[in-house]
Amino acid sequence: MKKPVELIFELSKSGRKAYSLPACDVPEAGEKIPEKFARKIDARLPEVFEVDVVRHFTRLSQLNYAVDLGFYPLGSCTMKYNPKINEAVSRLPGFLQLHPYQPEETVQGALKLMYDLEKMLCEITGMDRATLQPAAGAHGEMTGLMIIKAALEERGEGKRKKIIIPDSAHGTNPASASMVGFEVLEVKSDERGNVDVEDLKKLMSDEVAGIMLTNPNTLGLFEERITEIARIIHGAGGLLYYDGANLNANLGKARPGDMGFDVVHLNLHKTFSTPHGGGGPGSGPIAVTKELAPFLPVPTVEKEGERYYLDYDRPLSIGKVRSFYGNFNVMVKAYAYILTMGPEGLREVAECSVLNANYLLKKLRDYFELPFDRWCKHEFVISGNRQKKATGVTTLDMVKRLIDYGFHPPTVYFPLIVPEAMMVEPTETESVETLDAFAETMISIAKEAEENPDLVKESPKNTPITRLDEVTAAKKPVVKWDFEA
Amino acid sequence: MWNYIPHTREDKERMLEALGIKSVDELFEDIPKEVRMEKNYDIPGPLAEDCLVRHMQELAGKNLHLGNCACFLGAGVYDHFVPSIVDAIISRGEFYTAYTPYQPEISQGTLQAIFEYQSMICELTGMYVTNASMYDGASSFAESAFMACSATKREKVLCSKAVNPEYRSVLRTYTRFRGVEVEEFGYKDGQVDLEDVKGKLNDKVAAIMIQSPNFFGVIEDLASIAELAHSKGAMLIVSADPISLALLEAPGKLGADIVTGEGQALGNPASFGGPHFGFLAATEKLLRKMPGRIVGQTVDTEGRRGFVLTLQAREQHIRREKATSNICTNQSLCALMGAVYMSAMGKEGLKEVAKLCYNKAHYAMDELVKRGFKRAFNAPFFKEFVLIAPKPVKEINEKLLKEGFIGGYDLSGQYPEIKNGWLIAVTERRTKEEIDRFVGIAGGEVR
Repeated sequence: MKKPVELIFELSKSGRKAYSLPACDVPEAGEKIPEKFARKIDARLPEVFEVDVVRHFTRLSQLNYAVDLGFYPLGSCTMKYNPKINEAVSRLPGFLQLHPYQPEETVQGALKLMYDLEKMLCEITGMDRATLQPAAGAHGEMTGLMIIKAALEERGEGKRKKIIIPDSAHGTNPASASMVGFEVLEVKSDERGNVDVEDLKKLMSDEVAGIMLTNPNTLGLFEERITEIARIIHGAGGLLYYDGANLNANLGKARPGDMGFDVVHLNLHKTFSTPHGGGGPGSGPIAVTKELAPFLPVPTVEKEGERYYLDYDRPLSIGKVRSFYGNFNVMVKAYAYILTMGPEGLREVAECSVLNANYLLKKLRDYFELPFDRWCKHEFVISGNRQKKATGVTTLDMVKRLIDYGFHPPTVYFPLIVPEAMMVEPTETESVETLDAFAETMISIAKEAEENPDLVKESPKNTPITRLDEVTAAKKPVVKWDFEA
Repeated sequence: MWNYIPHTREDKERMLEALGIKSVDELFEDIPKEVRMEKNYDIPGPLAEDCLVRHMQELAGKNLHLGNCACFLGAGVYDHFVPSIVDAIISRGEFYTAYTPYQPEISQGTLQAIFEYQSMICELTGMYVTNASMYDGASSFAESAFMACSATKREKVLCSKAVNPEYRSVLRTYTRFRGVEVEEFGYKDGQVDLEDVKGKLNDKVAAIMIQSPNFFGVIEDLASIAELAHSKGAMLIVSADPISLALLEAPGKLGADIVTGEGQALGNPASFGGPHFGFLAATEKLLRKMPGRIVGQTVDTEGRRGFVLTLQAREQHIRREKATSNICTNQSLCALMGAVYMSAMGKEGLKEVAKLCYNKAHYAMDELVKRGFKRAFNAPFFKEFVLIAPKPVKEINEKLLKEGFIGGYDLSGQYPEIKNGWLIAVTERRTKEEIDRFVGIAGGEVR
């Protein structure tokens, strides 16, 4: 079993170094840093040599589970394979070593890539224009809602300060709405797992700015009444926001623009295979209808003849939501992925991800509670409620046991409307053999929960550490290394 | 068949049979007919790997990159040296193909690395707590305004005009929609104009927001501004260049309540502006106002040290609309690059980098002044400085580009009041020979 790793600070020894820098080839500056501004005590960064650094971080890496190691069915995160070729091409110096303020004539290749990627994303979503500036999904949500608010204010409808969000939505949806100064109205889900259209009608008023929807929703179910919802919202003067977390299921199958959405965000790190990086960087482009295009952040990438340029002269723009143009290097990877797959390949992605999810659900459905019994899309939600009621083994216990068997757990306790929820997203890059092995493991854990509940409650055992005391961590926070200790 | 999708025809048949259906289309029948897509996307591809590489090389080849020229452009992104071990470490699939460490038992690598990163950032800034990263220097600056507003229950901030214009632009966008007022104050000899601040500061102001070294490269007098801010119950928010903190006093020691900044200089390539990472550090009092993820130390059931995501009651997945921020995915791998960089450079190396930048920037300035450029400000600076050129900067930069140099930032767009203002950055990567040639070409433009 892998052992815990000491902290880099514990390896530190005065006099060691892991860098090599050239000697100073200019005279020492005559002008000194004024004493009152100068640092008095050195920052205690570690003093180690190069082998220490390499071994330390390599050993740390070995304590991680990752897509490159195995099945990672983390629902709503689309943990598909991250192609190696995308990493390679993104590291070409002509992409990696560009200063964002270089003269436009020296970055025509980068601007062309952004211009063409915007066109592809617009085609995939059925929208008219896009910005690649937002750095992640939640950042995209915030940007999209700012665009909605700005457009409503421009129309003289600034009183529309409420946003409708389903009770099954990601936490980022209401949090993004708050960031933009919207008040949240929650719409209930119906017995099929869809937005309750009757409840929606009741919530509508001339104070409603619009609705945020994920489709397929966080239960992995397609909103069957989406066109009716769009008519209700538009009919009352509101706008529709599409959370692209689950776009993988729709590739080549249905476009948000055709469903009636006005603003769409995409997660390049989910649908378009760019790596999740242990929590980022992602990229969360926003695509909009032509009516909303004037409000996009500056700059946009435009083309005149054969020349690409950045356009800052957009008077209705909401402004900037981050420095420069977004996570450019992530865009390079997504662009490479789209070109690799092409239109047929992207449709195959949706079909195989949905086939995988339904196949896996079929295998598991007799062993766990199933809150909504329908064809799912790219993911599904089951519940550990049966086991919890029978022997007190919770969903958390069961997924910790899954770790002992070499799998990453699914997303748990989300969506909030399903008790003891397990949200499983296999993605298209997993084989039927992997799905069979995972299903067998889940079934045997369900049996263990019944026959040997303590074994499950005490898992995981085959890990460098066991379950951690999260309560003490929050009550007495230790958030940095104590040099004095 | 596709190389990223394993399904053979037999696999699909077996799976469809298990589901009791004939075609995968049946799984999509709940999509209303009027929105079902019947045709293919009008996009290029598929491309075989070798064809893709050729295409990407062709696109990359249309760009002039920093490996083929000498860069004197900074303005927020800097051409610093990145040791090769940084890319070697972050290229490990165990790091870059994992996600947010929700399951600590199989994520100790990411969690501990973030804890180490947090410790190093706190050490540099002199603060109690930092988070696992923000999107960039601009968004962390903007989010810090919300923290100050929440902590002081006030809804206005004062921001220096000498703060990076990108940051101010993002601050304006963020605050406009949330209903927080931003008032800007001016600069005098490149530094915060304290008289202007005094005139604008009152007990409605949540924070004074500055950058040091500021956009002009000038070092601000943090202690005086902190004292002023605190006298009216406002906070001091500082955006800092992490490299400069090896030589400059930690803002936390000088009274800053929140320290933010752009982490690109710590081991991240310029990458046309992203991905990089933002850092955001604060005093203990602001711990529960922090946005984003924080890693904390604890013990497992056997009493062994381990690390977890902590204080999650601040975050969107728990608090939803009442969360301190909506941030979820951050820039974790970029922060890891920062951690590996800081580990490699260590206590002495970071100081050496900072001294090299300092000495080379001062050498370049002295030489340019000798050739007839005028220094815009007399205030002390770190690795970037403003000169007044004898003609429009655009013309000088064009001349330099022809000779393989990327010239400094033209201030005429953002700071028209500084006529022919030229912002030049000199990192440790610039050799004396490059500086001399640069000075020679630029000097040739002075008549």
